[in-house]
Amino acid sequence: MKKVGNHHSISRICVFSLAILLTFSLTSIAQNPAPAPASTTAPAADAAAPAAGGDAAKGKELFNTNCAACHKLDAKSTGPALRGVASRRDKAWLYKWIHNSSELIKSGDATAVKLFAENNNAVMTAFPQLSEADIDNILAYTSEPKAEPAKVLPAAGASAGAESNGEGVSNNLILFALAVVMLMLVVMLVLVNRVLTKIAKANGVEVSTKEASMPIWKAFARNQFLVLVASIFLLLASGYYVYGYLMQIGVDQDYEPIQPIHYSHRIHAGSNGIDCKYCHSAARVSKNAGIPSLNICMNCHKNISEVSDTTATPDHSKAFYDGEIKKLYAAVGWDQSTQKYTGKTQPVKWVRIHNLPDYVYFNHSQHVTVAGVECQTCHGPVQTYEVMKQFAPLTMGWCINCHRETDVKMEGNEYYTKIHEELSKKYGVDKLTAAQMGGLECGKCHY
Amino acid sequence: MSSNKKYWKSVEELNENSSIVEALRNNEFVEEIPTNEFLSDAETLSTSSTTRRDFLKYVGFSTAAATLAACEGPVHKSIPYVLQPEQIIPGVADYYATSVFDGFDFAQLLVKTREGRPIKIDNNTMPGAKFAANARIHASVLSLYDSLRLKQPKIGGKNATWVDVDAKIKKSLADAKAAGKQTVLLTGTLASPSTEKLISEFLAKNPNAKHVIYDAVSDSEALDAFETVYGERALVDYDFSKAALIVSVGADFLGDWQGGSYDAGYAQGRIPKSGKMSRHFQLEANMTLSGAAADKRIPMTVASQKQALVKIYNVITGSSVGTSKIDNEDAVIKAAQQLKAAGSKGVLVSGIQDVNAQLLVLAINQALASEAFSTAGTRQIRKGSNQKVAQFLNDMKAGNVHTLIMSGVNPVYTLPNGAEFAAALKKVALSVAFSLKEDETASVTTIAAAAPHYLESWNDVSIVKGAYGITQPTIRPLFDTMQFQDALMSWNGTSGTFYDYLKANASGIIAGSSWNKVLHDGIYIGAASASSGNASGFAAAAATALAGSKSAGMELVLYTKTGLGDGQQANNPWLQEFPDPITRVSWDNYATVSRVDAEKLGLENHNVADGGLNGSYATLTVNGKTLENVPVIIQPGQALGTIGLALGYGKKAALKEEMQVGVNAYTFYNNFNNVQTVSVKKAAGEHEFACVQSQKTLMGRGDIIKETTLDIFNKEEAEVWNEVPKVSLDHKEVPATTVDLWASFDRSTGHHFNMSIDLNACTGCGACVIACHAENNVPVVGKSEVRRSRDMHWLRIDRYYSSEDTFAHDNEKKESFKGLFGDKGSLGGFGQMEEAADNPQVAFQPVMCQHCNHAPCETVCPVAATSHSRQGQNHMAYNRCVGTRYCANNCPYKVRRFNWFLYNGNAEFDYHMNDDLGRMVLNPDVNVRSRGVMEKCSLCIQMTQATILNAKREGREVRTDEFQTACSAACSSGAIVFGDVNNKSDKVAALAEDERMYHLLEHVGTKPNVFYHVKVRNT
Repeated sequence: MKKVGNHHSISRICVFSLAILLTFSLTSIAQNPAPAPASTTAPAADAAAPAAGGDAAKGKELFNTNCAACHKLDAKSTGPALRGVASRRDKAWLYKWIHNSSELIKSGDATAVKLFAENNNAVMTAFPQLSEADIDNILAYTSEPKAEPAKVLPAAGASAGAESNGEGVSNNLILFALAVVMLMLVVMLVLVNRVLTKIAKANGVEVSTKEASMPIWKAFARNQFLVLVASIFLLLASGYYVYGYLMQIGVDQDYEPIQPIHYSHRIHAGSNGIDCKYCHSAARVSKNAGIPSLNICMNCHKNISEVSDTTATPDHSKAFYDGEIKKLYAAVGWDQSTQKYTGKTQPVKWVRIHNLPDYVYFNHSQHVTVAGVECQTCHGPVQTYEVMKQFAPLTMGWCINCHRETDVKMEGNEYYTKIHEELSKKYGVDKLTAAQMGGLECGKCHY
Repeated sequence: MSSNKKYWKSVEELNENSSIVEALRNNEFVEEIPTNEFLSDAETLSTSSTTRRDFLKYVGFSTAAATLAACEGPVHKSIPYVLQPEQIIPGVADYYATSVFDGFDFAQLLVKTREGRPIKIDNNTMPGAKFAANARIHASVLSLYDSLRLKQPKIGGKNATWVDVDAKIKKSLADAKAAGKQTVLLTGTLASPSTEKLISEFLAKNPNAKHVIYDAVSDSEALDAFETVYGERALVDYDFSKAALIVSVGADFLGDWQGGSYDAGYAQGRIPKSGKMSRHFQLEANMTLSGAAADKRIPMTVASQKQALVKIYNVITGSSVGTSKIDNEDAVIKAAQQLKAAGSKGVLVSGIQDVNAQLLVLAINQALASEAFSTAGTRQIRKGSNQKVAQFLNDMKAGNVHTLIMSGVNPVYTLPNGAEFAAALKKVALSVAFSLKEDETASVTTIAAAAPHYLESWNDVSIVKGAYGITQPTIRPLFDTMQFQDALMSWNGTSGTFYDYLKANASGIIAGSSWNKVLHDGIYIGAASASSGNASGFAAAAATALAGSKSAGMELVLYTKTGLGDGQQANNPWLQEFPDPITRVSWDNYATVSRVDAEKLGLENHNVADGGLNGSYATLTVNGKTLENVPVIIQPGQALGTIGLALGYGKKAALKEEMQVGVNAYTFYNNFNNVQTVSVKKAAGEHEFACVQSQKTLMGRGDIIKETTLDIFNKEEAEVWNEVPKVSLDHKEVPATTVDLWASFDRSTGHHFNMSIDLNACTGCGACVIACHAENNVPVVGKSEVRRSRDMHWLRIDRYYSSEDTFAHDNEKKESFKGLFGDKGSLGGFGQMEEAADNPQVAFQPVMCQHCNHAPCETVCPVAATSHSRQGQNHMAYNRCVGTRYCANNCPYKVRRFNWFLYNGNAEFDYHMNDDLGRMVLNPDVNVRSRGVMEKCSLCIQMTQATILNAKREGREVRTDEFQTACSAACSSGAIVFGDVNNKSDKVAALAEDERMYHLLEHVGTKPNVFYHVKVRNT
C-alpha cells in the first residue's frame, strides 16, 4: 500500500489538540476567580484627641436621635460640623451650650454670640434632658477619628466591574470557541473525505456513484399538497410575526431613559421607605401624579448633602451619588457653604417615561385615592429600581383587563352606597367590577 | 455569414463626408442641447462640487436617516416647578372670582385656570352676582392670548422702556402746566371707584387737566335725561322679572341696549308659572334679539317710534299732545292701553337717542309707578357725554391740547371722523394711548403704552351703585405691560403699587366685610339709596318737542352685533366665527334691508350652487360720506324705510388678515347718533356670505319648534298643544314614543344625564356657543370653510322665521294643502313657505347632539367609534374614528362635525390654534382633534366625569344640580338646564316630567336625552 497523506493525520491531531487546548484555556480564563476584594486601608489617625471617659457607641445613638437633624460629623449642615468639637471648645462651656444655648447667647458669652452669628442666627434646640454623662458620650463619639471610606483599589474596582458582567463575556467566549471547533471539524471531515477518495482512486476502488436522483426541492415543488401546506404555514407564521411586530409599535414597556439627575427610587422608596405620595402628592387629588418640584427634594436634602457609605453599590459609588445631590443643589440654587438659596435656579428637564397619547384620559386620583390601588400595581416594584422605567405596557388591553378583574372599592364611600345596592341586585353579585360600573365604555377614557 | 447590404438611416448617409453622420455617431442629437439654459443656474451648477451621484447619495442617506429616525418614539420632557406655589397642583383647576368692565361689556365672573393659565370664563354664582357673561366676555379669555397684542411700550413706533415713557410723559405734563395748556385724559367709562379717585387726584395736581369720558357707543341722551330729572349721571337698572307687561320702543335690551345683561330677569318672567307670563311688545326698526323674543313685534322707523312714544305717553298720562299718524297705530294704542292697565306691573324702555324721548320714558315709568323701574342701584357703566367729547375735539383741533393721554379708547377707529382726529393729534405735543393692541389710535400717537388685559390686572368695578367687585389678575402679565392706574400713580407721585392703593381704597367701601372675603367672593353688595326726582315737569315739553320731529327719508339704524359688539375684540376668531343669532351670518357685517325696499332698490340675496349665500353690494351715503360695497342681507322684519348696519367691523390695525372683514360703520356715527339719513344705491358685484343656515322657515313643521299661545296653554290639555306624533303600527295610529325598533336598556341605575332647553327662556344670546368653544377646544375654520357648511360649532342656535304672520298660520297653511296645483297646491305652496314673512315670528332653538338613547349614528359606524353609555351620553372615540362620515349622514339632527382639515398647527388656518400663545387657551382635559375624524357635543363628559370623581374622592353623593355642562353653566337665562334624571331632586328631573317637554323629531324614535320645552307666546 502506497503511503500517502500521512501529514493529514498529523494535522488532524494538531487541530484536535489545539481545539481542546483552546476550549479549556478559555474556560479556565473565564472561570478565573476575581482577585480578592480589596482590603480597607488602615484608618488614619485623626488629629482630634479622644475625649476622656465616654462611651462612643452610646454617644452615636444619642447623636443620631438628638443631633443628626442639624449636625453632621464632617460637614456643615444647619449647625457646624461636630467632629473634634471636644478639642475645640471647653467641656464646661459645651455643657452650658447644649443645655440651653439661647441663655448662653443672652448672657453675652463672646464665643456663643460669634457661633450664633456664624450659623445664620439659627437657634439651637435646648437639651436640658441630656445629662453631662450623655454629653460626654456624644463627645466621645464625635471625637472618634474619621473612618476613611472603604476605599476600593482602582484595579479591584475594575475587576469587580469585569466580574459583574464577566459571566456574559465568558459565555460568549465559550460559544465562539465551540463555533470554531465545529468549523474545524467540518473542515476535517471534508479533508478526510477527500483523502479517502484519493486513496480509493489510487487503489482503483470503484466508488459506487449514486444515480442522479431528483433534487429534493424539485420533488417538493412537484408535490402540490406539500406546497399548499407549506405556503399556508408560511403565511400564518409571517402573519403571526407581523402582527406581533405591529402590536409592539408604540408600546414602550421597560423604557428606561437616562435622566438628567440620577435619581434612585431604590434609595428613596426602598432603603429609606419614603411613601410614594410624599413626593408624588398630586396623585391623590389630580389627574397627574406630578413630578415633585425641587422644593420637595430640599425638604430632606437641605440636611442630606451626601449619601451614607452603605448606600453605594458596586455600580454607583458614593462619590457618584454625592455628585448627583450636587446637581440638585445647582438646579435649585442652594449654596452648601452658606446654607442659603442663591436664587439662581435651573429647572430640571426630566425625561418623561409614561407617555399616554393625548386621546386617553387617565386620572391618578381616581385610582390612588378612590380605588386605593397601590402605585406598584401599575408602576412595578419601583422601590427596587435604581433607574426608573416603565413597568406596564400601558396598552388599552392592559387597562381593560384590570377594569374587568378588579372589584371596585366601595366600602366607606357614600358615593357608591346607592349604586352598589342597585347594581348588585341587578347583576346578583356582592362585589362589582369596574367593568360592571361602566368602566369599559369608550367615553370614560376617550374624550 | 454577413451581409454587405447597408441600410441607410437617413439621406445624409448618401453623402459620405457628411459631418452630421459623424456627429450622430458620437452624440444622440445633431445639435448641442442647451442644457445650461434650461437648468438656468449654469454658473452655480458648474462651480458646485456636488455631482449628480453625490446628490443621489445625499437623497438616499437622508431618506434612510429619516426612516430610521421615525422608528424612535419622540422624547418628551417634563419640567416641574423649582418652587411649587402652594395653590397650584398640576392637573387641578383653580378658580378666581373677578369682575370685568372693558368700557362696553361687564360681568361678574369666575375664571378657571389650569397650571396658572386662564382657560375658561364662568359666571360667578354667588348670591348677588347678577351680571352674567355674554358671548364676548366668554370669548375674552382668548383675547388675552392674542398674538397681535402690544408687547412693550413704543415711542414713535420704536420699542422703548417704561422708564423712558414715564419720564417723557412726566416732562410733558410739567410742560403743559408751565405753558398753561390743556392736559386731557380721554378714557372710556371707568366705573372703577379707585381709578376715579386716582384721576381726581391727578386733576387736583394738574389744574390744567381735564378728564373726558368717551363711550365709543354712546348712551349720552339717556344719561342726560336721567341727570336732568334725578341729578345723577347714570342709567336705570331695570328689573324685568318684576314686569308683567314690557313695552320696548326701539330698545334691544336683550342685546346691548344700555349695556344689556337683562336676559336673566327677562327670562324669569317669560316662563309660564301658574298660568302667567309676561307680555312683551317691541316697536323697532332692525330685527333684534328683543324683537325676536317679543310676543308682538311692530316694525317701524325710528321717526315713527318717536310718534308712538308720544302716543303711549298720551294714553298713560291722559295728555293730548298732538302727534302725526303712523302705520300700525292701532297696535301701538293697544299696547299703550295694556301698559296702562298693567300699572305698576308694566314697564316701558326706549332706545331712541333723543333726550326728549328718554325724558318721556322716565315720565311714563313714573306715572305707572313701575316696579321694574328703580332708581336705586343705578348702572354706572355709561358716563360719556356727547357735548363734552365734541368740546374736547374742538379744543384739540384748535391746538389747545398739549398732552393727551388715552386709555381704553380707540377714537381714530370709533369716531365718525377718525382721520380728522388723527390729523388733529399732530397738533398735540404729546399723545399717549394705553392700549391692548397697536390699534388705529396707538399707531399714530407719540407713545403706544402696552396695557395689560383685565385677566392680568388689578382693578375694581362698580357696575351698579352699591355693588362693588374686584378685578384680580389670574396670570402673570404675559408682556411688558403697565396698567394705566400704575402710570397715573407715578405721575401723581403716589408711592406703592396700584394693588396697595386699591386695597387701601377698598377698605373704605367694603364696610362690614374684609378684603379677603370680597376678593374670594368677587362681589360685595352694599346699600344703594334711590334717587328722587319728578319727570312729569319735563315731560309735556319733551312730548311736544318729540312729536314735532320729522322723518327725513331712508333711515340708517346703526347697532352692535352680538358677536363683535363695539369691535374691541375684532381679532378674536371665536367671535368672528360666531354666527349672528338673527341673520346666522358669520365673519361679516352687512346692511339689513327689508324685502320691499330691496325689491325697490334692486338688491338681491340668493343661494348659489355650492349652497353659499350671495348678496348684492350697495353703496351707502350719509351726509356726503360714502361706504362702497356694503353687502346686503334681506332681513325679514326690517322696518320699511330703514337699513341696519352693525358697528365694530372694518377694522384693519393689529388684525390678522382673515379678521379684516366688513365695513366700518362708525364712519356714519355722526353726532354719536345711531340713526342717520342714508341714501342707498345698488353697486356692482356680489358678496359671498358665510351663512350657516340657508333654510329660513320651518315649512309648517310644527313638530320641530312646538309653539302655543298662553291662552291655549292655560285652557287646553297638554295633548292639544303638545301632541305626541303618531305613527302607524299594525295599521293603527299609535304614539311614536311607544314604538321602538330596539329593546331598551334599564336606565334607572346610576346617573342618567338629560338636558332641558326651554324655548321660552332662550333669547338666542349665544353665550353657550362661545362657552362650548372654550370648553371643548372647538376649532375655528375660517370664512370660506363656514361658507362650505364646514363650521365646527358643537352647539348651534337655529333661528326660524314664520312664513305667514305666525308659526300657527304656517301649520294651518300646510295642513290645508290639497293636491299639487292650484291655490292650495303643495307645489307652489311649499315654494311660498320657504320665504319668511315681512314681519315674521321668530324662534330660536339651540341644537347640539341629542344623545339619543337609540342613536342612528351608532348603528352605522363601521368601526364602533361612537357608542352609547349607560349614563345617557353618546360617546365619540376620536382615536377609533376612521372618518367614513356615515354617522353624520345618518344623524337626523345634523349635529356631527367632521374635521376636513387639520385645524391646529396649520398655517392654512391661522387662528388661535396656530400659535403657541393662542394654544394656551386649550382645555387640557379635552382632546384636540386631528384631521379626518368626526366630532360632536359630548354633553361635556369631561365635566360630568370630574363631578363624579370629586364626589367619589370626597366620599359623598353627587349634590343636587351639581352636574353642569359648559352651555348650561353659561346660560344666564336658565334656558339650558342639565342634570341627572335619576336624581329626583335635580331640577332637570322635574323638567323632564313637565307637560311642556317634547323631543326634537320625536316621530323618528331616537329617544334623545336632550329635550325641549314648548314655546308659549303671550299674544
